[in-house]
Amino acid sequence: MTNSIDNKALYAYLLRLADSSLTMGQRLAEWCGHGPYLEEDVALTNVSLDMIGHANIFYQMAAELSDEAQTADELAFLRDAHQYRNPIITELPKGDFAFTMMKQYFMDTFNFFLYEGLSQSSHEPLALAAQKALMEVKYHLKRSETWLERLSLSTEEASKRIQKALDDLWFYTPELFETDATMNKLFQQGVIGDYGELKKKWDSHVQAHMNHCELNLPETGWVATGGLEGEHSEHLGYMLAEMQFLQRAYPNSQW
Amino acid sequence: MYSQGLTDAKGQEEPADLLAEFQAKIDREEKIEPRDWMPAAYRKTLIRQMSQHAHSEIVGQLPEGNWITRAPTLNRKMILLAKVQDEAGHGLYIYSATETLGVSRDQLTDELLTGKAKYSSIFNYPTPSWADMGAIGWLVDGAAIMNQVPLCRASYGPYARSMVRICKEESFHQRQGYEIMTVLARGSQAQKDMAQRALNRTWWPSLMMFGPSDKDSKHSEQSMKWKIKRFSNDDLRQKFIDATVPQAEHLGLTIPDPDLKWNEETGHYDHGEIDFNELFQVIKGNGPCNKERLQARINAHESGAWVREAAAVFQQLQSEKNKSEAA
Amino acid sequence: MSELKLYEVFIRAKSGLNHRHVGSLHASDAQMALLNARDVYTRRKEGVSIWVVEAEHVTASNPEQEHEWFDPAEDKVYRHPTFYPLDKEVENM
Repeated sequence: MTNSIDNKALYAYLLRLADSSLTMGQRLAEWCGHGPYLEEDVALTNVSLDMIGHANIFYQMAAELSDEAQTADELAFLRDAHQYRNPIITELPKGDFAFTMMKQYFMDTFNFFLYEGLSQSSHEPLALAAQKALMEVKYHLKRSETWLERLSLSTEEASKRIQKALDDLWFYTPELFETDATMNKLFQQGVIGDYGELKKKWDSHVQAHMNHCELNLPETGWVATGGLEGEHSEHLGYMLAEMQFLQRAYPNSQW
Repeated sequence: MYSQGLTDAKGQEEPADLLAEFQAKIDREEKIEPRDWMPAAYRKTLIRQMSQHAHSEIVGQLPEGNWITRAPTLNRKMILLAKVQDEAGHGLYIYSATETLGVSRDQLTDELLTGKAKYSSIFNYPTPSWADMGAIGWLVDGAAIMNQVPLCRASYGPYARSMVRICKEESFHQRQGYEIMTVLARGSQAQKDMAQRALNRTWWPSLMMFGPSDKDSKHSEQSMKWKIKRFSNDDLRQKFIDATVPQAEHLGLTIPDPDLKWNEETGHYDHGEIDFNELFQVIKGNGPCNKERLQARINAHESGAWVREAAAVFQQLQSEKNKSEAA
Repeated sequence: MSELKLYEVFIRAKSGLNHRHVGSLHASDAQMALLNARDVYTRRKEGVSIWVVEAEHVTASNPEQEHEWFDPAEDKVYRHPTFYPLDKEVENM
């Protein structure tokens, strides 16, 4: 089975996974030293470390598939914004704690069902990586669910902020489920799961928790799209400028 | 958990027999535990020293946190994140230990944010280059370890126990810093220069971390007697210099002290004069980054206020709900 | 006017061992305390199980009564096997 897998398609897909995890981890890392209290500072950093760890694994898998002798670091630090394949939601600035937690909740729920599906992948290395990631994501989801509940069912200020975060983020979520021709190929080969199913599971889980938290889904807004083709927001360029600075300023160096 | 029911002995004459028994216990190397009787001055000294230590860990997140988003590789990013996270954890462990002396985290935080409490002067220096991550790990953590290892045997139990945990966790901190310096020192000329400049910046401030010279150190003698402190500032500083000079030589980097040379007679390195006036200025608040560092902590605390409040209110509402359901 | 409560944290290092006090932390409620204890106190795989207890629910003995409470056990030598001399032939009882 593995032999028949389209390497190019898998490479592109692994970049989608890796870029999403890295941009999430990078934004979360901005909280380190600035969390709302010490315990939470430590906890946010743990999640960030997990996500950068996932990115590292997916980049390594992609690097191994590539024809050119690439490394994980080259993929992370030497591609420009239009070559990044993450959905736009993951590159958005960290915002306040409510924005971070709402984004985290959406992504944790998404990653939970995503990795659950990928754990069954016909491509064994991907299945193993997904199983490891799933273990960590279960904890992330527990955390973000717990926080959402506390932020929405407590003070007026907190519930205002979390509702605003929901309003601002909601129309970035459909992009998570976009697929392209290469992904469809991988689906047919049993490498990845059915994104339509994924969306159904995500929707029902999110709906239930939003109801529990007494939050209202917004009705209209601009629906984000484009990450899969390298069309991003303005924010990614700044993020990469910062993240890639040393590699760009001192090319071909060891660190 | 032991903090309730402490009597404040401030202003009261402390009974000679209790004082004698207390000192005898310390001399026998027995630990003092939170609810044990202790002289008010011992408690006060511990609160001052431990809270300064905890504040230093927390403010110490900032100079390195500065480079997390710019770390040059994925591995370096994860290492740096884990290290800065450890510092938050260590601040937390020491705050917890300090709370057993009957002072709350809120009080301690308030003292830091209002500028009443001090923290290590070193964190008021900037980290303009990646090499500073190397220099901090190598020198600042190196100096901190020299200070902290003896504290694992401090007479106050909770402090000693937190230091045991911290020293264990920090064992990778200095090594990762020295490793960063090693890679840079063996890299391009630009990287070597980066490393040398960072060493130039960090060397003297890291020597100042050991505090004023013994003849000017006002708390030392009593702290030694109480076994909150085991070695003098100058002894630890000398030990640090003796250990570090060969490490710099190994990297081919130059320590920015023209008077530094091996003394065959003493078996130690002689070094140039330390500008303690700079140390006192930085401690007073007049270092290059004092204001920024404190402001960053204030911002984090203030913008986190609604989050802490929300969590607390959620809990209250839940327990009210549970009560009314039970009724 | 502390916003967050103090919790004591106990960790079982591995199965077969008791939970042991490792330190404390602040949290709004038990659920948050448990989550944060996981992140603060088990970053290096220090445990397989966590207990958190609100600090104010711990009742402690008074150190001033240490001697009257605990010293009397010292001379009850008959509670220890070495108090009972046995013949050499049955030494390993």
